[in-house]
Amino acid sequence: MSNILELQNLKKYYATQKAVDDISFEVKAGSIFGLLGPNGAGKTTLLRMITGIFYPDSGQIIFDGQSFNPIEDVLKIGYMPEERGLYKKMKIGKQALYLAQLKGLNHAEAMEKIKFWFKRLEMESWWNKKVEDLSKGMSQKLQFVTTVLHEPKLIILDEPFSGLDPVNANLIKDEIYGLAQRGCSVIFSTHRMEQVEEICDHIVLVNLGKKILDGTVHDVKQQFKENKFSIKLSEVPNGIGHAAFEVLEQEANQLTVKIQEGFKSNDVLQYLIQQNLTVEGFNEILPSLNDIFIKLVEGTKSTTRAFQPVQ
Amino acid sequence: MNKIWIVARREFLTRVQKKTFLLTTIGLPLLIFGFYAAIIFFSVKGSDDYTVAVVDKANVFEGKLESKNDEVIFKMVKADTAELKTQLEKKVYDAYLFVPENYTLDSDESELYFKSGKATGIMTREGIQRSINKRLEEKRMAKMNISKTLLDSLRKDSDINYTTLAGKSDSGIKAGISYGVGFISGILIYMVLFIYGTMVMRGVMEEKVSRIAEVIVSSVKPFQLMMGKIIGIGAVGLTQFIIWGILIISLQFLLPVIFPELAQSMQSQAIQPGAAGAMNAAKQSGALDGLMAGLSQINFPLIIGCFIFYFLGGYFLYSSLFAAVGSAVNEDPQDAQSLLLPITMPIIFAFVILTKAVNDPNSPIAVFGSLFPLTSPIVMMARIGHGIPEGVSVWQLLLSMALLVAGFIATTWLAGKIYRTGILMYGKKVTWKEMWKWAFRKY
Repeated sequence: MSNILELQNLKKYYATQKAVDDISFEVKAGSIFGLLGPNGAGKTTLLRMITGIFYPDSGQIIFDGQSFNPIEDVLKIGYMPEERGLYKKMKIGKQALYLAQLKGLNHAEAMEKIKFWFKRLEMESWWNKKVEDLSKGMSQKLQFVTTVLHEPKLIILDEPFSGLDPVNANLIKDEIYGLAQRGCSVIFSTHRMEQVEEICDHIVLVNLGKKILDGTVHDVKQQFKENKFSIKLSEVPNGIGHAAFEVLEQEANQLTVKIQEGFKSNDVLQYLIQQNLTVEGFNEILPSLNDIFIKLVEGTKSTTRAFQPVQ
Repeated sequence: MNKIWIVARREFLTRVQKKTFLLTTIGLPLLIFGFYAAIIFFSVKGSDDYTVAVVDKANVFEGKLESKNDEVIFKMVKADTAELKTQLEKKVYDAYLFVPENYTLDSDESELYFKSGKATGIMTREGIQRSINKRLEEKRMAKMNISKTLLDSLRKDSDINYTTLAGKSDSGIKAGISYGVGFISGILIYMVLFIYGTMVMRGVMEEKVSRIAEVIVSSVKPFQLMMGKIIGIGAVGLTQFIIWGILIISLQFLLPVIFPELAQSMQSQAIQPGAAGAMNAAKQSGALDGLMAGLSQINFPLIIGCFIFYFLGGYFLYSSLFAAVGSAVNEDPQDAQSLLLPITMPIIFAFVILTKAVNDPNSPIAVFGSLFPLTSPIVMMARIGHGIPEGVSVWQLLLSMALLVAGFIATTWLAGKIYRTGILMYGKKVTWKEMWKWAFRKY
């Protein structure tokens, strides 16, 4: 599959910090891509460069096979920033129409698409209401609609679920899946790892302006696995132990073990069978993205970075 | 370009469709007109007739005492004071004037007694006083054998004929009109800069505070968003001014139709009995002719054309600076106050120069003020009022216009740079120093 987006050695330095320091990655067309990182890691700066709001100091952005053109290509991108709002006094229908026209749709096209999406997300009765009458969740929904209305090739969502209740979050999640199936690519920026695990195919983790992790969710988990297994036995005798593994935790007849280097899971099973113990469950414990995230980011002083001068 | 248009259209329509716009644009002139009409109505109608009984025991008035306007009616009666007092109580008369028998033309006027039922209004009082004095003056003149014509010939005004080197008449009336036109148009531009500049700033702050700025700049360049806003609000201002202009002019024509008394009273003032009245009328119509002549010497197409040019030029120049400030402040409007100071200073400075320039359009400070782009929109109007070439030479006008265009290109460029950084910057209190840095950093 081709890439919708390629970043090559992007750099963006501010007076007080290296916001983005030599980052490269690729986003495959039709995939859901997770851009992760702690607060202040440089995610927003990165996204602003992709959406043409900022120009990179150096490096290149390839959009849909061609060098990124900030004037033309932004029309093919839908961006929902983290700091997002709407005109409070403007009526909802008009607001959606205005934002769609700014994305290059003409009046008729825009009306047709707004009606389609409003019907789909059960928002038809909102048309003449003002934004100030909407709840936070409702305006989130409206923002999502205005982001995807013009059928962009690339959708960038920065913390899309903040402020949404589980029902509406699921609704939006389903829409994101649907868009990806129809060929849209989605970049999903968040620091909520459980959502990433659920939705994303591929992730990139940035910290201190640098990319520190890049791969599919599966590969990343494999990369960071610690050979931990959960074993359930019918009964656990005292003095269980072998050179092949180390018991980390025991809870009733449930054991968490770490297989030592040079051994395989079969060595453990063999031992257990030899001991004539009944194995009721044997599972590999893969680290959660949350664990990996914390492991990689912890102790890097990422939060104090904003006040350090560029060396 | 197309996107600037879309943004400008939204800015224009959301403002024009507001109820407050209709209220200020149509309601305000109507209110002023109503106020104006009320004043005229009451001054034309005046109070009810005020009847004064005159008991002339000394016969100084010789049975003839008339008031200039019809407000006060004098009635010669023969009655004693007690009788008059009861009549006063019965409100047959509003007041009576009692001239004692020993009163002569040389007596002090304080010997005249004036008694009224209620306190007398100041206008009425003046009318009565004037009538009595006039009649007494006539009598005294007659006694000393001075004829009215002799006195008038003594009092003849000498007219100085003011002209300029260019040979144009430079009458006091024309200078007064030039002064007025220059001053009023200067003040209007001064108000335009503040009112619509602040409107732009509020609009930018609204976008920033409501956090819609980043959503918009992901499809529109920040500069396009800023220009769209400035153009849209400028169009609102222009629309408002055009509507005001049309309303004021049409109401001016309506006024005599609604108040026929007004037109009548204007005419009746011109037709006054007696030699003095004729003199007066002649003088008045002379002044009116002078006014018309003065007005005809004012080059209105030039003034209106220049007004629109400096209106737009000044507005573009300042509104982009206001936009830059709006982009730099956060939720706290207090922050805007201190950042606005460097912008409001030149406007106020220009106003000060304006007051000088209307009197002396060719003084060095007026010339400087009318060329310097930050002050020229206000100051130049004062000089234009005096016309070309008396107030301002053609080359100075053209230079001033060129500098203004250059000035607004410079400020919009500068403000655009500040704006694109400021609009996405949250939480930090910004100083002018920082804004200056934003203006010159690369993106």
